[in-house]
Amino acid sequence: MTINELIESKLKENFKDVGFTFTTYLDELTVSFNKKNIVEVCSFLKTNPELEFLLSEDITAIDNATRKNRFTVVYHIFSLKNKFRLRLKCDVDESDCNIDTVSSVWKTADWQEREAYDMYGIKFNNHSDLRRMYMPEDFEYHPLRKDFPLLGIPGSLSLPKK
Amino acid sequence: MGLEAKLNQDGFITTTVDAIVAWSMKNSVWPMPMGISCCAIEMMASGDPKYDIARFGSEVMRFTPRQCDLMIVAGTVTYKMSHVVRKIYDQMPDPKWVIAMGACTSSGGMYRSYNVVQGIDQFLPVDIYLAGCPPRPDNLLNALIQIQEKVGRTKVREFTNKPMPELTVLQNN
Ligand code: SF4
Repeated sequence: MTINELIESKLKENFKDVGFTFTTYLDELTVSFNKKNIVEVCSFLKTNPELEFLLSEDITAIDNATRKNRFTVVYHIFSLKNKFRLRLKCDVDESDCNIDTVSSVWKTADWQEREAYDMYGIKFNNHSDLRRMYMPEDFEYHPLRKDFPLLGIPGSLSLPKK
Repeated sequence: MGLEAKLNQDGFITTTVDAIVAWSMKNSVWPMPMGISCCAIEMMASGDPKYDIARFGSEVMRFTPRQCDLMIVAGTVTYKMSHVVRKIYDQMPDPKWVIAMGACTSSGGMYRSYNVVQGIDQFLPVDIYLAGCPPRPDNLLNALIQIQEKVGRTKVREFTNKPMPELTVLQNN
């Protein structure tokens, strides 16, 4: 059994009522599912002795602009044991722009989620310290959203007095 | 004929205060290295034995603004960083000069984006704009020579009784 098949069967067996979608592109496996299951799926992937995805490499988002589920939150996780990279995807709609934090699963997710919050404005529920990371605290916008102009909004960032 | 030879021969020289102060200031321009990104590497290279900024009396790069009179802003200045740059500039004693080193500092360079200040002249008085991405160290030395010429034309009285800048407390971002 390949690692792809192992992950598929493990997930299906342990989460019977979660509708997973598995896609493979260039031998890379992507798992999409409903955002409300994110924490349990992540902690399962981390703690299962055969999988051991101990490392969260990156958490980011995609803005699909006009689509109904506007944002997709993407998790890149890595299993040192299997030397295998897995991508998780959860859709988040703009009207309900939040998803549960996985910082209880991977500590490093704390910062990665802060970055996604700063750039896309996606709230991570139960996050202990959801502050902006790159932009000043009082900045109102989220620069990586598709509707944010490349050159910014004049006057939205302050300059020192001349 | 150097100064030592002249003094040996006559024992005295006559000059004006403006001239001798300007002469000594221009040969000891102490830079405040404000190295923010890649250009800073070229600025560091100008201190090495090959380019040797010490030839111009400017090797005294201290990482404190207290004794500096030339700020070399080398790198991409973001809006968030601009407050820090301005604060350090304000802490330098008068008279002082500014070199905007590189395309980013002078005009935002290739970063036509929301986070990069499109030219530090929006919040600092700039004396020399230095072209290049990055400018070579010898180009920086050229800018330094131009600064020296400008310093040489400075009169002391232009800077007496100048009010202290208003120092604002940085908000903690
Ligand atoms: S001008 Fe070029 S070398 Fe200098 S800071 Fe900008 S990108 Fe870097």
